Formats: sequence, C-alpha cells, structure tokens
Amino acid sequence: MLTYVLYETFTPKGIDYLIITGQNIAPVQEIRAVMALGLSPFPTHSAHKEEEFMKVLVTAKRVVDYNVNIRVLNDNSGVDLNNVKMSVNPFDEIAIEEAVRLKEAGNAEEIIVVSIGTSACQEQIRTALALGADRGILVESNDDMQPLAIAKILNAIVEKEKPELIILGKQAIDGDNSQTGQMLAALAGIGQATFASQVEVRDEAVTVTREIDGGLETITVKLPAVVTTDLRLNEPRYASLPNIMKAKKKPIDTYSPDDLGVDAAPRVHVLKVEPPAKRQAGIIVENVEELVDKLRNDVKVIP
Amino acid sequence: MTILVVAEHDNKSIKAPTLVAIAAAQKIGDQIEVLVAGSDCMEAAEEASKAQGVSKVLIADNAAYAHQLAENIGDLVAEIGNSYSHIMTPTTTSGKNFMPRVAALLDVAQISDISSVVSEDTFERPIYAGNAIATVQSSDRIKVLTVRGTAFDGVSGEGGNASIETLDHIKDSGLSCWDKDEIVKLERPELTSARIIVSGGRGMQNGENFALLESVADKLGAAMGASRAAVDAGFVPNDMQVGQTGKIVAPDLYIAVGISGAIQHLAGMKDSKVIVAINKDEDAPIFQVADFGLVADLFKAVPEFEALIAS
Repeated sequence: MLTYVLYETFTPKGIDYLIITGQNIAPVQEIRAVMALGLSPFPTHSAHKEEEFMKVLVTAKRVVDYNVNIRVLNDNSGVDLNNVKMSVNPFDEIAIEEAVRLKEAGNAEEIIVVSIGTSACQEQIRTALALGADRGILVESNDDMQPLAIAKILNAIVEKEKPELIILGKQAIDGDNSQTGQMLAALAGIGQATFASQVEVRDEAVTVTREIDGGLETITVKLPAVVTTDLRLNEPRYASLPNIMKAKKKPIDTYSPDDLGVDAAPRVHVLKVEPPAKRQAGIIVENVEELVDKLRNDVKVIP
Repeated sequence: MTILVVAEHDNKSIKAPTLVAIAAAQKIGDQIEVLVAGSDCMEAAEEASKAQGVSKVLIADNAAYAHQLAENIGDLVAEIGNSYSHIMTPTTTSGKNFMPRVAALLDVAQISDISSVVSEDTFERPIYAGNAIATVQSSDRIKVLTVRGTAFDGVSGEGGNASIETLDHIKDSGLSCWDKDEIVKLERPELTSARIIVSGGRGMQNGENFALLESVADKLGAAMGASRAAVDAGFVPNDMQVGQTGKIVAPDLYIAVGISGAIQHLAGMKDSKVIVAINKDEDAPIFQVADFGLVADLFKAVPEFEALIAS
C-alpha cells in the first residue's frame, strides 16, 4: 500500500508544500489540481501501466524559412513560393524537440510526425525523423489547406493512432493563425494547454506552464491532451549526419484528405495579398548629440 | 444581424482590448452584445454595460469560468454563439486560447487578428509577421474573428447604459484545471507593451556587454530586447527575442544596437513609430528601416548616448 506524507517546508522564498508519494515529490498545488480532475495523485506503476504504449503525435508544417525575405506576387494573388527555401515551422521544431525529450526521459515510447500539404512535405517529415521522430504520416493535397480542415485531418489521425499527447507549434509563421491545436482539441473533445513554456507529463495528466499576457499560468490537463509550444519551451537540437541517414529508412504513410473522410474545402477565400505600407526612408545622423537632439526635440519620444 | 463580443476582463474590470474589439464590431453592425463570462464578475459586467455602442451585456457567473479555461469558455460561447452573425474577441493570449475552439465547435473558420473591416464578410489581416496583408472573405454563416489590439481605436468605456442579462449556462468540462498564476512584476516594462525598447544584436559581442544597454533602458524606462542572432549566440535568453520567431513589437521608440537587420528581426519591429539604429557597418540593412541611423562604434556611442539622455 502506498503511503503519503504532507510536508510543509520553509524556504527563503516562502512556504513550499510538498506531498511525497512513494518516491515522487510534487508541489501540493499540482497534486490538488490532479485530484480536482478526478484523477489519482499517486503514481500508478501497475501492470496496466506497463502495457500502455504512450504515443506522442507532433506536426511539421512546411513553411517559408524564417530567414527568407517574403515577396508579394505582382498580381497580388499571394506570396512568391518559387525557388524559396522551405523549412519546418520553427514552433513545430520546438514541438518535435519536446517530444524527443519526453521519449529520452522515458515518458513516451513512440513519436509520430504528421505533415499536411504537397508531396514536398516529405522533406519536413524527414527532418523530424532525423531529429528523433519514429515514423511519419503525410496527408497529401495540392489545395489550400486552412486551419479547420487541417484540424479535422489531424482529428481523423488522432482517432486512428490514439496518441496520449499531441504537441503542435502555437502558430505557423506563414499564416500566423494560431488556431489548429485549439480546433483539434475541440473536435477531439479533449483538453488543451496552449503557448507552453514548460511541460510535465504525469500518469494521467499533463501539467503545463503557459505564457500569458503579463506572466505565466500553470494548468493541469487530463490526457489525452493537446499542447502548443511557445518559444521558451526548449531550444531545438540540430540533426546529426548519422541520424539524417537513419531517418531515410524510417517509414512514412501517405493518405489523402478523402482517405480520412475529411472535407477540406476552404471556407475563407483570399481576395488579395498586398505588401504592407512602406516606411519612409530616414536620415543618417552625424553623431550622438544630433541623435539625442532629434529624439528629444523633433520626434519628442524621449524627455 | 447581431454581433457577440466576448469580453476580456479580470472579473472586476474590462480590459482595454475589449473596447478595441467593440470598436471593430461597430464597423460591421450596430447590434452589439457583450459576454462577460467569469466568476464573481458583476463589476466587470457593469463596466461593460457603460461602454459605448453596447446594446446588451450577458453575464455568465460561475466558478467554472474563473480562470477562462478554454474548454469551458469555448463550450459556453459555442452554445450561445449560434444565434449571432459574428463572434469577436481581442487577439490576446486568452482570446487566442478559446476562440478557435468556438469556431471548430460551430464548424466555421476563424479569421485571426483582423486589422481592418472591409465589409461584413471581408477583412484584412497581417500574414508572414506583417510582411504581407491578406484581404480575406468568409463564406461561413457565422464569422468568428479575433481583433488586433493596435488596429482600431477603442470605444469610450463611459456613457453607455446597456441592460445586463444573466445566463444560467454552466459548462464545466472537467478536462482541465487551473493551478496558479505568476504575473510577473518586472523591473522593466514587458516587451510587447513597452513604449520604448532597447535591443541588442550580435554586435554586442557577448552577454556581459548587454549591461551597457540595460543602463540606457533603465534611464528611459524601456524594455530590453535582442535579435535572434544574439539569442542563438547565447548572449541573452530566448524570451528577449524580437522578430518573426520571437515577439512582435510596435513601441513608440525602438533603439537597435549592433543589429544588422535580418529579415526575421525586421518582421518583428518594423511597425515601431520611431526606429533608431546604431551600427558600425553603414551597409547594414537596419538603416533602410531606421528613421535615425548612426554609423558608429556602439561601445563608444552607447555610453555617450546614455550620458546625454541623462542630462
């Protein structure tokens, strides 16, 4: 039988409450949160747990590399994607890194990476496989895929694969929508923790510190759950050459949205895309005195 | 055509971006209802009823809404949302958190971060971190929108007299639970809301040299930022990063020191009102967006700058 002891310890910062359960130590706030969800605060290293095969699903959206200067097409139909360097969405890279770290820490057994788009998205899947994902799923389509359609496709994959944790970037740096993870969670009927800067997986729940306006918020969400990543969560590694070679042998399954029973028709029609208003060219000042004078007396932005 | 604006509030008062969302709603139609979902939030609802242009305030007061958990707020808004033509909320971390759930539950698209209203179904929004502006038209029966906080002038929070109606919908999903908040009391203002930002790049050479910028920031009451190059080089932590993969900022004054002006950095700061660049390389791209450029060795110029602003 497991026993637990409630400790109150005094530290220089104030009072920390700890519950010690078996060999695990957790702040009482988190234990209370887990209990509030109707879950056991005790570690469950039962036979049932041994059989569990925790899968993590991550995404790897193919986007224009963050270093590329975006050029709007002359006919205002969109952004020029011809001969432009494409990469994994940087926030998805953070998601992949987090999944790999969970696996390295023994908290996840398998990592599945999904990319949705043209056949070229295989490159982004291979990148994720080289970083440590185990297998890939490509949902191939040449159409404009919008967040609601992508969330429906991911939901169909979630129903098939039954991952315990789904980690996505908080947004993609092309559309800047920040919708897909939240939509997926709603469609799957599960909880979400967006803009994560710290993720701690427990037996039946995940405790996540979130970046909110003006600070941080910690919430606990029942598994399965969706987590979306913010910048501070981790710093992604680079793939090593041996891992890039190994990634070539890892399997990728390919589906179409139809195969998954998803109507991916766009709901929002892009009428035009224009460059933003240009900044007026400025001036070069001769010295620091002139600079301070301009700031103080011309544009009056400093006292 | 009735528009629902979901208020951002702290149960006691309405936050300013809510007034911006109401202003955007006024460009679409004049029947505007505001939902205040929270716990012990009557004070906030009363404040909302005084805002200009509001015809009715709906209050959903229950412990389940205390911390704006996305599952509970999402379920509530989706349930009452069916009878509206538009559902709007500001693009804050809270709005971004629950609103896509509302759209998915109603099986409609969301249009994020609108910066202009063209017509009741057509909107402008920035893409590629503001490097392009898309005009998009929704074909959905309900338009779910988040509103960019800097794109509209908020309505006045005074003079209105809307009625307050109580909703008895209680949505408690039991899927998530709030543990704690750590609202940071920074010695310096937060990057995204600062009036002045002092930012350093790879030209700073190491982390210790950022102390030079810190003393300038202290004198100006400014926030501290950095380019991705400075972050990647390990000079400063990632949360200081300004740029497409970091924070998007638009202060009154942005001082870029030792920053060459990579595309990804410019994307995060080019909407600043006044941009100052200090760099010894006169060909640095940062000078093309700077209002005032100073070609100089930063290690001489910055202390001089600090001495002059103090005088």
